[in-house]
Amino acid sequence: MNRRNRELLASPYFIWSIGFTVIPLIVILRYAFTTAGGTFTLENILAIGNAINRKAFLFSLEIALICTLLCVLLAYPLVMVVRRLHISRRAFMLFFLILPMWMNFILRLLAWQMILSSNGILNFILQAIGLKPLDIANTWAAIIIGVVYDYFPFMMLPIFNAIADIEEDVIEAAKDLGAGPLTVFTKVIFPLSIPGLKSGITIVFVPSMTSFVVADILGGGKLQLIGNIIEQEFTRSSNWNLGSGLSVALMVFVFISMAFTIKDDVVREEPELARVEGSDKPDRRERAA
Amino acid sequence: MKERLINFICRFYFLLIMIFLYIPIAVMMVLSVNDSRSRVVWGGFTLRWYGQLLSNRQIREALFTTIGLAFLSSAIALVIGTAAAFGMHYMKKSRYALMMGLTNIPMLNADIVTGIALMLWFIRFLPLGFTSVLIAHITFNIPYIILAVLPKIEQMNMSVYEASRDLGATAAYGFFTTILPQLSGGILSGFFMAVTMSMDDFMITYFTKGAGVNTLSTMIYGEIRKGIKPEMYALSTVIFTAVLILLLVVNYAPYAREKVQHRELAQREA
Repeated sequence: MNRRNRELLASPYFIWSIGFTVIPLIVILRYAFTTAGGTFTLENILAIGNAINRKAFLFSLEIALICTLLCVLLAYPLVMVVRRLHISRRAFMLFFLILPMWMNFILRLLAWQMILSSNGILNFILQAIGLKPLDIANTWAAIIIGVVYDYFPFMMLPIFNAIADIEEDVIEAAKDLGAGPLTVFTKVIFPLSIPGLKSGITIVFVPSMTSFVVADILGGGKLQLIGNIIEQEFTRSSNWNLGSGLSVALMVFVFISMAFTIKDDVVREEPELARVEGSDKPDRRERAA
Repeated sequence: MKERLINFICRFYFLLIMIFLYIPIAVMMVLSVNDSRSRVVWGGFTLRWYGQLLSNRQIREALFTTIGLAFLSSAIALVIGTAAAFGMHYMKKSRYALMMGLTNIPMLNADIVTGIALMLWFIRFLPLGFTSVLIAHITFNIPYIILAVLPKIEQMNMSVYEASRDLGATAAYGFFTTILPQLSGGILSGFFMAVTMSMDDFMITYFTKGAGVNTLSTMIYGEIRKGIKPEMYALSTVIFTAVLILLLVVNYAPYAREKVQHRELAQREA
């Protein structure tokens, strides 16, 4: 088989992608830029600036930023703790950290609703040890707990993968040169974990902005994410053009912000990538040239 | 002294995270043996929800749909995705970048947008039902396969395959005996990831399913206002326990086998 024929192995996927990724995007763009009657309009996209939609959008942004930040802050110490373990025990511990994902997504949220409700388990425990009950149910704090719970594994795993690859020699070298634990973390471990951190952010940020089910169950229906607004345009108000317009506005925002997160990565890693690829696979560089 | 303090803090932190992660699971498990239809009243211990699990037709259908969907979509995605990863490996840089871009769209886009876009497209030519959900799941599963398999192909040693051909193996025989074994790790982890994502998906299924078809997630979502059937807690506990046992076996089987081999070797030497 020559190279041309081997490339053709990707053609079923290429056709699939055109059929079920590219065309659906064109269809949603068409809905977004037209009225129900079919004439061109920008109103559906610009509707993101309406008082209600803007409020939901900014609230989603706030939730997503806090969620991502909390996931990062919780993940680093945990990853460092797991790293201290002997290699044979690491996989086992990671496995227990991921396992909760196999309990149904919506049941997990319903369980949190029971824990956080005003006569729920959390307040029962707080009162039992003589503290004042908390009023978390149906507030933004409950939504934050829900999204952090759901997306924490997706932040922890890529960071762990990046840190697990760091060779112990590198850290020993830093220590030998007089670096304290804090310096080792800020100058060695953290910089080397950045690729993992970036993929964690791209995985966590977007869904935490849009998961309307979390807001439905833990926000008590009063707090709305942009996902709730879009969902209602399709299921209740049946204004598909407006719903598509808001979706497209969201998509544009996501791609722009992700481009900023990933861009620098590509610029910085390209030469290294080319070098590594060049060394063990000389044919790729020839092809690129 | 200082070392012990650090150890203590590490253990304590690990424990806190574990409590955070497992409290909802414990709540579900307690509810699955609660002899009351209410979520807030403890009515004594019972196993009857487990007993009624399989006699409930609705739950059984949703379970079969969920599992069938997860394995079928992952298997189809596995074939298309592995072939695509091979093709991409041999591509020029510009075409490779184009394919990678196509792969990244469903990964980066919000699930709600992917689901709605697919739904708007499907309604033009396909009645919403099992097939439309299956196509949607295959679409978001292929990238997981590609991202797991592609790095393994890049690391692969092609000379073993060439050697097998020089020694007279057919292309197919050479592929199955020299190339596939080298990729099995990537293929398996991609497949496992795809099955997990498909089982856990709610958003994309919700928009592409139409009336009549339900996975466990969409069925539970529909029940929230009416009240969740306690059988659902029992079913979730069963699934959770099954996966726990499966993963323990998969994790420990290789070690166990190694141990047995070591022991046999030691005996033979002795």
